Amino acid sequence: MTDVVLELQDVDVFYGDFQALFKVSFQVEDGMTFAFIGANGGGKSTLLRTIAGLQRPTSGHVLFHGEPVDQYPAHTRVGMGIALVPEGRRVFPSLTVRENLLMGAYGGRKGDWNVDSVVELFPLLKPLLKRGAGSLSGGEQQAMAIGRALMSNPELLLLDEVSLGLAPVVIKRIYEAMVQLVGSGHTILVVEQDVGHVLTVSDYVACFLEGRISLEGKPADLSSEAITAAYFGM
Amino acid sequence: MVWANVTVQGILLGGLYALFATGLALVFGVMRMVNLAHGDLGILAAFIALFIVQSLGLPLLWATVLTIAIMFILGYVLQRGLLNFTLGTDDTRPIVVTFGLSIIIQNALILKFSADSQGLDAGKIENISIKISNQMSIGWFPLIVFLTAVAVIAVLELFLARAKLGRAFRATSDDREAAELMGINNKHIYSLAMAIALAIVALAGVLLAIRTTFDPTQGGFRLIYAFEAVIMGGMGSMWGTLAGGIILGVAQTLGTQAFGAGWGLVAGHLVFLTVLAVKPSGFFAKTVTA
Repeated sequence: MTDVVLELQDVDVFYGDFQALFKVSFQVEDGMTFAFIGANGGGKSTLLRTIAGLQRPTSGHVLFHGEPVDQYPAHTRVGMGIALVPEGRRVFPSLTVRENLLMGAYGGRKGDWNVDSVVELFPLLKPLLKRGAGSLSGGEQQAMAIGRALMSNPELLLLDEVSLGLAPVVIKRIYEAMVQLVGSGHTILVVEQDVGHVLTVSDYVACFLEGRISLEGKPADLSSEAITAAYFGM
Repeated sequence: MVWANVTVQGILLGGLYALFATGLALVFGVMRMVNLAHGDLGILAAFIALFIVQSLGLPLLWATVLTIAIMFILGYVLQRGLLNFTLGTDDTRPIVVTFGLSIIIQNALILKFSADSQGLDAGKIENISIKISNQMSIGWFPLIVFLTAVAVIAVLELFLARAKLGRAFRATSDDREAAELMGINNKHIYSLAMAIALAIVALAGVLLAIRTTFDPTQGGFRLIYAFEAVIMGGMGSMWGTLAGGIILGVAQTLGTQAFGAGWGLVAGHLVFLTVLAVKPSGFFAKTVTA
């Protein structure tokens, strides 16, 4: 039996009075690429923020390797091996690209990732290392944001809308990189609105609708009609 | 030549203003918090040094070192134990809390030390000077204060630019939540920033106390001068703060020379208001405000 890296048990999350997640439960096994799809406002980003520790569940539990991590803040969870590439990339604009990458290594978790190996994965970053991160294009910033998360040597990588607003050629490169990462033993949880790419790389997919999982299964087992229905709630 | 002399004195005075303003700029830069008790904390440091000299009999140099250490620790504890809780969605909370803190410090100092003017005696260094010509001489002490300000700002800029922790300061300033995702505990970073800010203002307070007399009610003036220096220099740039301090110092000494005693302060404020009207972001603004 494979190892369960991440498990959510009946997680409820509120923003004030607004409930964003309703009793969400699932398991992610080691080395898996797990995709969440769904329309805007479905709760996908909230889910990743909850796993990373930026948002606290009002009830239910987040378990990492079988241990509840609910009481740990985000900055501690990075050290445990959970890294989030947040929605909107969230680069540090006043830092250079190299400094941004080095920030990822702030926690000092051991592993193979360093500035050189990130540049090897995303060669487009090589000539940009000394540039201010604020001056980069969207695709360059996204590559850097993923590289920055990798610098923390995560076991579980959470990717939030990494293809949003990017040119198709850049999206293709990012998805190629994702396949490489899984090959090197990372477990990936990816959130996307754009269903096409994500189904080709994921082992398991769950569709989010209004804070609940409306459909889940292996991509091969799900018909596109079923996905469309679950996506739009028809 | 008289005017040149007055200008030089103003530049040197500007160093002291900049030293007072540096911590204010650092705290605002890292956590977007306005600390209205900043000036009073500088005056508190002067009284701590005075107490150490008078009651413990330590030489002034050691008293200064000890005061800086005490204020560093106080800064960390104050931020971690109180001010961190005021940060968040409502920008007025830290302003109200630090305003209250300012009143508490002033009145506690009056209770303990009375409202009388005090002075710290640094010995003969206060009175010796370098004679450049018949009309111009530079006092050793103002020169030392100015060079201290330059050195402190240089070290701080180097720390922010090169050190791993300095990078974490800048990252937290850019995006607190993203910094948290890098493994940075922002509560700790904020507390360290306040600790460094109060260590610097402690040095400024002691140097002020040697340069002139001081009493518990002076914190407010110090705060206004510091604000003027920071805003004229531009948020987020420590060298800009030095420039702002110098502009203020020169405006004050030239104003005094031109219009007589008392008009110097007015001239300083008028120059500040002019800069605010013409270039509201200051001369060297670096901080990216969302």
